[in-house]
Amino acid sequence: MNIAALTANLHVILPEMVLAAFALLVILADMLRQDEEESRLLPLLTLAGILAAMAATAWIWNRPVASYQEGAIADGFALGARTVILVAAGLATLLSMGYLPRINRQMGEYYALVLLATLGMTMMASATDLIVLFLALEIFSLALYILSGYYRKNPRSTEASMKYFLLGAFASSFFVYGAALLYGAAGTTQLREIGNLLASDHGNPNLLWPGIALLLVGFGFKVSLVPFHMWTPDVYQGAPTPVTAFMSAGTKTAAFAAFVRVLMEALPAQQIQWGWALAVLAVLTMTVGNLTALRQLSLKRMLAYSSVANAGYILVALVPGTAQGSKAALFYLLTYAFMNVGALAVVITLEKIDELDALQNRAAGLADRWPLLALAMSIFMLSLSGIPPLAGFFGKFFVFQAAVEGGWTWLAVVGVLNSAISAYYYLRVMVAMYFHEAEEPVQPRRWGGLSLSLALTALATVIIGLYPSLWTGFLSGLGG
Amino acid sequence: MAIDYLPLLILIILAMGFAAIAMGLPAVLGPKLPNKQKYEPYESGIIPFADARRRFPVQYYLVAMLFVVFDIEVIFLYPWAVILNRLGLFALVEMAIFLLILLVGYVYCWKRGALDWGGQVRPGDDVVESQVVESQVEEE
Amino acid sequence: MLQLAWLLLAFPAAGALINTFLGSRFSKPTIGWIASGTVAASFVVSLGLLLGLLGLPGEERVITLPLWDWITIGDFRAPTALLIDPLSVTMALVVTGVGALIHVYAIGYMFDDERFQRFFVYLNFFVFAMLILVMSDNFLGMYVGWEGVGLASYLLIGFWFDKRDDTYGYYADAGKKAFLVNRVGDFGMALAIMILWTSLGSVTFLDVFQAAPASLSSGVATAIALLLLLAATGKSAQIPLYVWLPDAMAGPTPVSALIHAATMVTAGIYMIARTHVLWELGPSAANLAAWIGGLTALMAASIALVQVDLKKILAYSTISQLGYMVMGVGVGAYAFGIFHLITHAFFKALLFLAAGNVMHGLHGELDIRKMGGLREKMPTTYRLFLIGALALAGFPLMSGFFSKDGILLNVFGHSPLLYAIGLFTALLTAVYSFRAVFVPFWGQPRDKHLHEHAHESPPIMTRPLWVLAILAIVGGVLNLPFVLTLERWLEPAVGEPSFHPSLALEVSLLLVSAVVALAGIYLAYARYVKEIGWARRLQNALGPLQPLVEHKYYVDEFYDAAIVQPLKALARWFAEVFDPGIIDGSVHLIGRANLAAGERLRRLHNGLVPTYALSIFVGVVVLVMYLVFG
Repeated sequence: MNIAALTANLHVILPEMVLAAFALLVILADMLRQDEEESRLLPLLTLAGILAAMAATAWIWNRPVASYQEGAIADGFALGARTVILVAAGLATLLSMGYLPRINRQMGEYYALVLLATLGMTMMASATDLIVLFLALEIFSLALYILSGYYRKNPRSTEASMKYFLLGAFASSFFVYGAALLYGAAGTTQLREIGNLLASDHGNPNLLWPGIALLLVGFGFKVSLVPFHMWTPDVYQGAPTPVTAFMSAGTKTAAFAAFVRVLMEALPAQQIQWGWALAVLAVLTMTVGNLTALRQLSLKRMLAYSSVANAGYILVALVPGTAQGSKAALFYLLTYAFMNVGALAVVITLEKIDELDALQNRAAGLADRWPLLALAMSIFMLSLSGIPPLAGFFGKFFVFQAAVEGGWTWLAVVGVLNSAISAYYYLRVMVAMYFHEAEEPVQPRRWGGLSLSLALTALATVIIGLYPSLWTGFLSGLGG
Repeated sequence: MAIDYLPLLILIILAMGFAAIAMGLPAVLGPKLPNKQKYEPYESGIIPFADARRRFPVQYYLVAMLFVVFDIEVIFLYPWAVILNRLGLFALVEMAIFLLILLVGYVYCWKRGALDWGGQVRPGDDVVESQVVESQVEEE
Repeated sequence: MLQLAWLLLAFPAAGALINTFLGSRFSKPTIGWIASGTVAASFVVSLGLLLGLLGLPGEERVITLPLWDWITIGDFRAPTALLIDPLSVTMALVVTGVGALIHVYAIGYMFDDERFQRFFVYLNFFVFAMLILVMSDNFLGMYVGWEGVGLASYLLIGFWFDKRDDTYGYYADAGKKAFLVNRVGDFGMALAIMILWTSLGSVTFLDVFQAAPASLSSGVATAIALLLLLAATGKSAQIPLYVWLPDAMAGPTPVSALIHAATMVTAGIYMIARTHVLWELGPSAANLAAWIGGLTALMAASIALVQVDLKKILAYSTISQLGYMVMGVGVGAYAFGIFHLITHAFFKALLFLAAGNVMHGLHGELDIRKMGGLREKMPTTYRLFLIGALALAGFPLMSGFFSKDGILLNVFGHSPLLYAIGLFTALLTAVYSFRAVFVPFWGQPRDKHLHEHAHESPPIMTRPLWVLAILAIVGGVLNLPFVLTLERWLEPAVGEPSFHPSLALEVSLLLVSAVVALAGIYLAYARYVKEIGWARRLQNALGPLQPLVEHKYYVDEFYDAAIVQPLKALARWFAEVFDPGIIDGSVHLIGRANLAAGERLRRLHNGLVPTYALSIFVGVVVLVMYLVFG
C-alpha cells in the first residue's frame, strides 16, 4: 500500500477532523467535569469547534481544488455547502444553550452528537464516492435519530425519534441498495468514474435504472420530497426545536449538495430521464407542501410543511442539470438556513415551558409587547414567502431563473404560483402578530444565545437580500 | 463473468452440506435416551431459572456491545501488528488515534455507569428511567 | 484620503443606528450630541475630500470610488460607487455643514419634545439619504437617495402627527400631501432612468454622459430631460407641483430649515446640474425649465407678500428662490444655480432658525399681525433675522446679492423678457422680506400679552445661527464677479459656461440689481414703518388682485377639484363595487379551493408509520417503473 497517498491532501478533510476532535473533547469534558455548573462550558466548546471548522474551511478555500483519496473533494461547491451546514450548526448550538437544561440534563452527549451530525453532513457535502456518501449519511442520520428524541420525558419527542429511525432506516436501505445497483452497472463507486463510464454507454440498463430510482428515493427521503416526506411534520414537530432548526437547514443542505453531485458527476448523461422524474417530484412536493401548510395551526408543523415546499423549490433548480442550477440551489440553501433557523428561533421564544411547540395564536398581539421580536419574525416570514428585497426573494429568483434558462419555463411558473399560495400561511402569522389581540400574556423565553442567533439570522436575511451579488460571488456551482 | 463466482457457489454448497451432514449423522446414528435435563436450554452449565424470552436489564446489551467493540479492536490490532514494520510511523499514529477514540468511548461508558450492575439511581439519571430499572430488579 | 469617502455616509448612518437602538438609554443631550457629532464628522470628511480634490490638477478631479456591486442581473449592473467631483463635494459640504449647525440648534429647539430621540434618528437618516443622493455615481443610487430624503421629509413633516390646527389641518395630512405630490415627480425620474437604461445600457453618470451625445437622439434626450424636469418640479417645489412645500411647514422648524429650505428641496437643482449633458442635448426642455423657474419665482413671491404666517412667508420665499435656481440652471448657468443654492442654504436656514426662535419665544405664535416691537425683546434674533433678510433681499455685497445677480445676468443673455420677470421678482423679494422684518420686529406691540411673555432663546439656539449669519454676509466671496472661483472649481463637473457677457453689461446689470433691492426695501419701509400715503394707495390700487393672491391663485382648490376628487370617486368605486364583487369574489374562490385541498392533504398525514412507509413504497414503485420502463 502506498502510504504517501494516505497523507496526500489530508487537508481536504481537515474540517471533519476538527469536528471529530471536538466531539471527543466534548464527551471527555462532560465526563471529567466536577459539577453541574461546569456543563455550561460545553456549548461554548461546541461553538469553538464549529468556528474552528469554519476557519479550516476558509483556509482550504484559498488552496487549489484537491481530492482526498478520491473519496472527498474540496471544490467551491463542497466548501460553500460546508459553510452553510456549519452556520446552521452554530446557530442551532446558540439556540440550544438555554433550551437544553429544561428538557434533559445530559448535555455532553447532546453537543457531541450535534458535532458528529455536523461532521456527517459536511462529509456528505464533500463526498465523491458512493461508499463515503453512505457512510456520511448514516453518521448524521444516527446522530439525528437520537437528537430528535432528546426530550425523553415528552412522549411526542420519543415518538418523533422512533418514527424517524424506522422510516430513516427504511429509506437508507433503498439508498444503499441503489448504490449497490449503480456499482453493479458501472463497476466503480467513484462518482466521476461512474459518469465517465455511463457517458460511453457501458452500463447494464437492468442494474442502472433501478439503481438510479432507488438512489432518488434515498435522497428524496432525506430532503423530504413528496411522497417520501411524510415523516417530516411529525419529526419536526416532536423534536426539540433547536434540533428541528439544525435538521431543517443542515440535513437539507448536506443531502441536496450530495444529490447535486451525484446527478451532475455520476449521471449527467441520464439528465433527460431523471430531469422529468425530478420535475414531477418538484411539482408534487411544492404543491402538497404548500397546500397542507395552509391548514396548520401549529407553527412548527406549518414550518415543517413549508420546509417540504422549499425542498420542492430547490429541486426545481436541479431539474435542468446546469451549473447555474446547482449554484442557485446552493444560494437558496444559504438563504433558507438563515430564514428558517430564524423562524424556528422565534418559535422557541414562544414555546411554553415543557412544551415542544407553539400554536399560531401564541403569536397573537406579539407586536404590541415585543416589537423587535415581531419585526424579526416578520422579516423571516416575508423572506420565506419571497418578498423582495429579502434573502428569500433572491433565492427563489435565482432558482426560477435557472429553470427558465434551462428550458423549464412551465416548472418555474408552477413554482411562482406555489409561492403565491405560500404567502397565505406565512403572512397569516404576521396578521396574528400585528392585528390580533393576545389571548394570554406571552412572556417570551430568552437567553443570550437565542437573542444573538435571532439578531444574526434577521440581519443576514436582510443583508443577503440587499446585496445578493456579494454572496453569489463566492458560491460556485457544479457541472454544466 | 459469472464463471468467476463459481468458487463462491461451491463454497456455499460445501458449507451447507457440512452443516447438513453434521446435524444429520447424529440424528440417524446416535442413541436416543431423552430425560428432563436434556430438554433444558443449554446455558453453559448453569441451571436455567426462568424463560429466556423476557426483558433483560439494558446493561446486558451495553456490555455485549462493549465486548464486540473490543473484540473487533483486537482483531484489527493483530494484522496491524504483523505488518507494522512495513507501514511505519503513519500507521502507528493512525492506530493511536483509533485507540484514543475507542478510549473516549470506554471512558464514557464507564462514567455513565454502563459497567455497573444493579441499577442504582445515579445523580445524572432521569427519574422515569430509574423506575423502569427498579421494576426490572424486582422481577428478578 | 479620498478612499475614506465612504465614511461620509457611514457617520450619519451610524448615528441613526446608535440612537435607534441605544437612544432610550441615553440622556437627551447625549442623543443630540451623538447626532450632531456624526454630521459634524461627515463635514470634516467633506473638508478632507475638498482638500484631496484641490491637491489634484483640474482635469483629474472626477473620481469614482467603487464600493460594491449592488445588483447584477444579466447585463444589468448597478454598482454602488461614490462619485467624488467638485459638484458632489460642494453639495456634501453644504449638506453636512448647514446640517451640523441645524442639528446643534435642534438640541435646544426640540429639548422638551417627548419624541426627542426619534427626531434625531430621522434627522440623521435624512442626512444619510441626502448624502447618498449627492454622492452616488449613478442614477439608481441618486434615485435611492431621492426616495430616501422623500421618506425622511414625510416622517418629519408629520412629526407631530397627532396635532391639528387651523393652519395645516391634521399635521399627518401635510406629510401625506408632500409624499403624494412628490410621488408624481419621482415617477418622472423612474421613467427617465428606465429610458436611459434601455437606450444607453448604463445608468452610471459618467458612462451616460460619455455615450449620450453620440447615441441619444435629440428627441429622446428631450423626453428624458422633460421627465427629469417633472422630478425636479416635485422635489424642488416648482409649478405645477410646488403645493406641498407650504404645508410642509407643519414640521418642526429645524426641519423646515434643513430639509425644506437648505438641502432637500435643492436636490432638483443639483440633479439638473449633474445631468447637464442631457439638458444640453434637449434645449427645449431646458428652456421650459427656465420659464417654469421664472414663473414660479414670480408667483411664489407675490403670494409671499400677503402671507401672515412667518414660516409660510419663508416657505413661499423658498419656492421663489428655488425658482431662481431652476431658472439659472435652465439657461445653462449651472455654476450660478449651485452658487445661489449655497448662499440660499446659508441665509434661508438662518431665517428659518431665527423664525424658530421667534416661535420659541412666543410659545408657538407665528402670525405676524400679532407681533410687533420684538426688536427689544429678542435683540439677537432680530439681528440674525435682519442679516438673513438683507441677504435674501439682495442687499448689495451680501451673499444673496452676488448669487442672484449672477443668475439674472445669465438669464438676460437668454431672454430679456425672462430677465424682466426675474428683476420684478427681485423687487417683490425685497418687499416681502422686509415686511417680515418690519412688521414683527419694529413698531408697537400689537398683542400685549404675547409681547410681555416674549423672551430670547438660549445660546444653543443662537450661536449656530451666528455662523450662518457670517456665511450669509460673506458667502459671496465664493464666486465674486470677475473672479468666479466657484465657476472655475465646478468646471470639471458641469462644463464651461456658455454665456460670456461683456464688462459693461455685467457692471450695469449689477447696478440695476442693487437699485432694485434698495428700492424694494424702501417700499417696505414706506408701507409698513412710515405708512406713507402713496405706498398705501399703491396697495389699494392692486386691491382687486388681493383675493386671488391670498388664495394662492386657487391652485390647491383646482387640484382638489380636478385630480383629488375624481380619483377619490374612482377609488370609491373600486373599493365598493369592483373589489368586493369581482376581485374578492374570484380570490375567495381560489382561496377556498386551496384551503379545502389543504384540509384533505392534512388528513393524509395521519401519524401512522405504516401509512408513511406505504407512501414511500408507492413512490419507489412508481419511480422504478418510470425509469426502468419509461
